[in-house]
Amino acid sequence: MTHAGLPEKQVAITGVGQSEVGRPSQKSAIALTVDACELAVADAGLTMADIDGLATYPGPVSNGDGFSPVGATETMLALGLKPTWVGASTEGHAHMGAIFCAIQAIASGLCRHVLVFRTVAQATARAEVHHAGIIGGGRSVAARSWGGQSWTLPYNALSAATLYGLYAHAYFKKYGATSEQLGAIAVHSRKMAALNPNAIYRKPITLDDYMSSRMISSPLRLYDCDTHIDGSTAILFSRRDVAKDLKRPPLAIEAMGMALGGIGAGLHTGDFTSMPADIAGRMLWSRTDLKPSDIDVAQIYDGFSILTLLWMEALQICKPGEAAAFVEGGSRLGLDGVLPMNTSGGQLSAGRFHGYGHTYETCIQLWGRGGERQVNDARVGVVCNGGFGYGAMLLRRD
Amino acid sequence: MSSTPAGTPPRTLPGLDRQNRAYWTGGAEGRLMIGRCSACRTFIHPPMPRCPACGDRRVEAEAVSGRGRIASYSVNHQAWLPGLAVPYVFAAVELEEQGQLYVFTNIVNTPAENVEIGLPVEVVFEQHEDVHLPMFQSRGGAQ
Repeated sequence: MTHAGLPEKQVAITGVGQSEVGRPSQKSAIALTVDACELAVADAGLTMADIDGLATYPGPVSNGDGFSPVGATETMLALGLKPTWVGASTEGHAHMGAIFCAIQAIASGLCRHVLVFRTVAQATARAEVHHAGIIGGGRSVAARSWGGQSWTLPYNALSAATLYGLYAHAYFKKYGATSEQLGAIAVHSRKMAALNPNAIYRKPITLDDYMSSRMISSPLRLYDCDTHIDGSTAILFSRRDVAKDLKRPPLAIEAMGMALGGIGAGLHTGDFTSMPADIAGRMLWSRTDLKPSDIDVAQIYDGFSILTLLWMEALQICKPGEAAAFVEGGSRLGLDGVLPMNTSGGQLSAGRFHGYGHTYETCIQLWGRGGERQVNDARVGVVCNGGFGYGAMLLRRD
Repeated sequence: MSSTPAGTPPRTLPGLDRQNRAYWTGGAEGRLMIGRCSACRTFIHPPMPRCPACGDRRVEAEAVSGRGRIASYSVNHQAWLPGLAVPYVFAAVELEEQGQLYVFTNIVNTPAENVEIGLPVEVVFEQHEDVHLPMFQSRGGAQ
């Protein structure tokens, strides 16, 4: 079967940039954004005048919670861009929704080079704004809740940890998985972060440290939860035919997959041991001749460690119920393991760049720029994001 | 009816509209109200104006038994707000009327250590302003 006409096949990644990571940073959120965007454009050997598209997720959120302090319009002005197209939405496939829109803008002929960024300032917000850390929080707390949140927030599901604890308990019960197995993900992420100069937590932890860390929302412990930071990531997407003339070898977008639903939408089908991410995984593999066994490096979403297990199964890396045994002990996930995973330290240890850190790291690995944490000759990388909107990409260096 | 200790931060209550009012206020008459398709009899929650099973637009809220089982849960130990009483149990309850008919709730009047997947539960209501929050407790009443 040929997949040559698919939109993602017309697009390549040509540059990446990431700001410093801070907890908190002394820089403003827009300054961090400009840092990341300048790095990404220079990485491709382009200038701001070449950029004709700009996208971000989710767009500016003005309630002071630091979730998305910088929007596309502000960034356009700060960078002096004159884009043909700008996109941002809280709707859609969450983190990767902006990337999917950028791909479509390029494939449809609207743009040649689309810069996609994501900025967070949740560390600063937590230091400065009361209630910044809770769902629906910020400078003021809404009197009433609406939409998907209104089914869970009245029951004091004030953090996603409380929601995703349901996935973890159901998964443990159905498959006999254990906290020690889940803890292997947290221990592994610290091991990788120790090799990443831009990670926020670089001191290794042991499984004993994990098991004795305080319970947040059972069975999820402190080390199952990602780390709020200030930082920004930018990824440059370009039309395939112009990408080949740029500074870096273009990274092909071999396939993409997307889905919506689950607990975060206030609605659940299934038995809480999988997410609609399964749909994204099936879509991804239907658009390529590559197979899960072709993956050289995997950046699997780890907003909470349980999401990593569910995504590994959604991407068909493991069969349902088998991811916990796969990660146990962590040896399969290391740089010389069968599935080198979350090589930056992920969100658990490198910091919550909120999905974009995973895409950034995939590119770094495929370009062979990982330094101490480089996976030998990584040519095919998979990246996935999300626990309420779901997105996945398979990236390839020719 | 369970009680709220003094000094506890207020819950962020749901905004009421024509679509969700039956669910959030049925407790005033002691009834758990769930949307149901008048054509194919499928229960629908959260309430929607169109049956996702058959497409019929005649969806009406009706009282259900208020019984179910815990599908999954989390015992929240983190005090996300000053004064928030912990631990508390957040759960999804599968209502007995239909497979995968879930409501999110707190498990009350039941020691957290007794909470487990599959535990039979029944609805009780907790009034806050004009909202009667459906809560669930271990079946057979307070323990």
